[in-house]
Amino acid sequence: MRALDWITQVLEVVAALAAAPAFLGWLNQCRAWLQNRRAPSLWLPYRNLHKLFHKEAVIADNASSLFRIAPYVVFGAMVLAAGIIPSMGTRLPLVVSADAIALVGLFAAARVFMSLAAMDVGTAFGTMGARREMMVGFLAEPALLMVIFVASLISSSTALPAITENLASGRIGLSPGLAFSAVAFVLVLLAENARIPVDNPATHLELTMIHEAMVLEYSARHLALMEWAAQLKLFNYVCIGFALFLPWGVARGHIGPVGLLVAIPALAVKLAAAGAGLALIETVSAKMRVMRIPEFLATAFLFAVLGLLVHVLLGA
Amino acid sequence: MPMRRWWDRAQPVVGAPGARGLGVGREEWLQVARDVAASGGAFLSLWTTLNDDGARGPATDSPGDTAVYCAYLTDQGVLIAELALPREGEEPTYPGLEEIFPAASRLQRAASDLSGMRSSDPDTRPWLNHERPYEFIRVDGEGVHEIAVGPVHAGTIEPGHFRFSVVGEKVLRLEAHLGYVHKGIERRFCGLPILEGHRLAARVSGDSAVAFSWAYCQALEGMSGCAVPRRAVWLRAVCLELERLANHVADLGALGNDAGFAFGLAQFSRLKEDLLRAISAAFGRRYLFDIVVPGGMAVDLSQETADALADTVRAVCSEATELRGIYDEHEGVRDRFTAAGCLETPLAARLGVLGLVGRASGLGRDLRVDVPWPPYTELYVAKAVQQGGDVAARVAVRFDEARESGRLLLQLLSALPDGERAAAMDSPADGAFGVGLVEGWRGPVLVALQAGPEGSIRRCHPHDPSWQNWPALEYAIMGNIVPDFPLINKSFNLAYSGVDL
Repeated sequence: MRALDWITQVLEVVAALAAAPAFLGWLNQCRAWLQNRRAPSLWLPYRNLHKLFHKEAVIADNASSLFRIAPYVVFGAMVLAAGIIPSMGTRLPLVVSADAIALVGLFAAARVFMSLAAMDVGTAFGTMGARREMMVGFLAEPALLMVIFVASLISSSTALPAITENLASGRIGLSPGLAFSAVAFVLVLLAENARIPVDNPATHLELTMIHEAMVLEYSARHLALMEWAAQLKLFNYVCIGFALFLPWGVARGHIGPVGLLVAIPALAVKLAAAGAGLALIETVSAKMRVMRIPEFLATAFLFAVLGLLVHVLLGA
Repeated sequence: MPMRRWWDRAQPVVGAPGARGLGVGREEWLQVARDVAASGGAFLSLWTTLNDDGARGPATDSPGDTAVYCAYLTDQGVLIAELALPREGEEPTYPGLEEIFPAASRLQRAASDLSGMRSSDPDTRPWLNHERPYEFIRVDGEGVHEIAVGPVHAGTIEPGHFRFSVVGEKVLRLEAHLGYVHKGIERRFCGLPILEGHRLAARVSGDSAVAFSWAYCQALEGMSGCAVPRRAVWLRAVCLELERLANHVADLGALGNDAGFAFGLAQFSRLKEDLLRAISAAFGRRYLFDIVVPGGMAVDLSQETADALADTVRAVCSEATELRGIYDEHEGVRDRFTAAGCLETPLAARLGVLGLVGRASGLGRDLRVDVPWPPYTELYVAKAVQQGGDVAARVAVRFDEARESGRLLLQLLSALPDGERAAAMDSPADGAFGVGLVEGWRGPVLVALQAGPEGSIRRCHPHDPSWQNWPALEYAIMGNIVPDFPLINKSFNLAYSGVDL
């Protein structure tokens, strides 16, 4: 049994690495369809990564070693996060080793490195992007923690596997508190992953960028790692959403072959639905003014607090 | 009426309806400008003769024969003031107009780079000549820093350098520096066969090909005394309105995209493509280059193709109206458009803003109505004027004008007069001078043309209204946030090539 846990753990990380670009590709496909455009191939993100890994890296003369290390740190943090999130099973070795607060800290660490690297070369755009990213981050993190606290209160634990097991057991049913925090979580997800309406991943306008402005100076393998890390981050956030709000299909307890056979297709179906849902949100919204982002994230925080209050007051 | 005495003294100039020319002395040069400003007229353009010093093109001006010209738009038509400058020293100077018409400053600096003739205005920084150092105006204060953007951008757009002085996200000042696509078009005109100059004129700014080539042909036909057949004149108006419609539709899509609403771009791009295909089927080209030729039109339109074109125009306009509803009701899009990049009427008037941008800021000037030329003399055109001056107002003007162009097109296409598509043309006499003035989609497009010996061009000056509107953009962005600049810039959508020449 332990062996299968380890195998599943490795499988979970490998699946995240492999599926993250496809998830973005699927999201872009859905977006294109919703805009009445012909969609790009699902494999486009892979081709892009392949292309970038085969290019010669160009680094600014005044870049410090931090600039070179940052892509590996950010990518490493996202891979580790993929291992922690119970997307397939709840008793996997890495999954049980860290709780949700550590996970939020891991994302924060990646953000710090990314922002420092963006400022390292000293271009106006990098600094501008880093500044905006920190603004988004310091507003999004409390909202994300609040969301997790709601789920933690319900399950009396901050460990993601415990929360997932508890929620998946079906004892909770539909909790209004969870519904509020689910809305908050979607808002945080959009902000943290530089999606419309907070940031526009497809823009070529340097002055409006947040995430893209930070990676403007990167090229070749460094850029590939940064992009892959961004895809992994989106994948991870969606999986956190599943763990907190849609835990069905995840193998509970020590994993068996049957559990694994259920967990993988369940994850795929949920990802497809989540991609289509995100694409719908992005298609019907316009990008908001940067100065409105605090309002947007304050709304997210408010929803999370409402979820908490509803849970405490209704005892649900 | 102080304008009265100038108008009485002025001599008629061929080409644009009501155009007049006036030779003035140094003192009168400023007095004319003041009187035009006082009577509510607009500054259109300023240019000088080109000398042969270090010229790459053929020498066409006789030495000593130097002058500076200024074109104004008055209620009666275009007035061109000419100030002859004797060559006393190496660099003749003339009184600067910056205080009366701020937009003249850059034109004077550009003219100085081209000819060496300098104005007396204090800003003597180069404009087109990038070999000389350029000092940006610095903003000092706590927390103020600069963001330099361009001339190479992350997207495939024309080159221009923008220097922002910002505190946090707030823009305190923007200074644009252009001239990166200076190609020497004015020098290239010198010596070209005058009957072929419309081809170069159409390429001054490719998105205004019809406007520039029509203005050129208007000047030339006036100089040669050519009567353009009525059918050709109507077909030219068809082309001009198609150009307006296609550009407005494309801009509306791009504006949606810059607000992060990609749906808008997808839909309007499709409409523009439908329109371009219909244009291609009717005129044999997607963009209307070399279709307005001296004497008339290069291509005639059969009634069947005219009907097919009208069907497409009708469909595009009805879909655009539907999309307008979506833009108007979309909360996120409205929030981005409203109050962004506001250019209020008094400021717009002071800066002498022209065309579409002016109409969105309450300056209701439209040559098709104010100084109509054939066939607009026979047509009713509704001016699209908005008072807001923000991005939303410029979007609304585009929607209104697109609808009005569609209506005009249906009217023009359903009642094309019979006749020839072109009349025979002769080269004008040496020294003949004419001016063409056409309301392009950006605003008034002016071409001043002077004939040289043996059917050549002595001097041709094409003027795009973007000259006036670029400085206004620098004011519109003040107090806005940096990430709103691309949207505000797009709502102006000014020419780079058309002003860098």
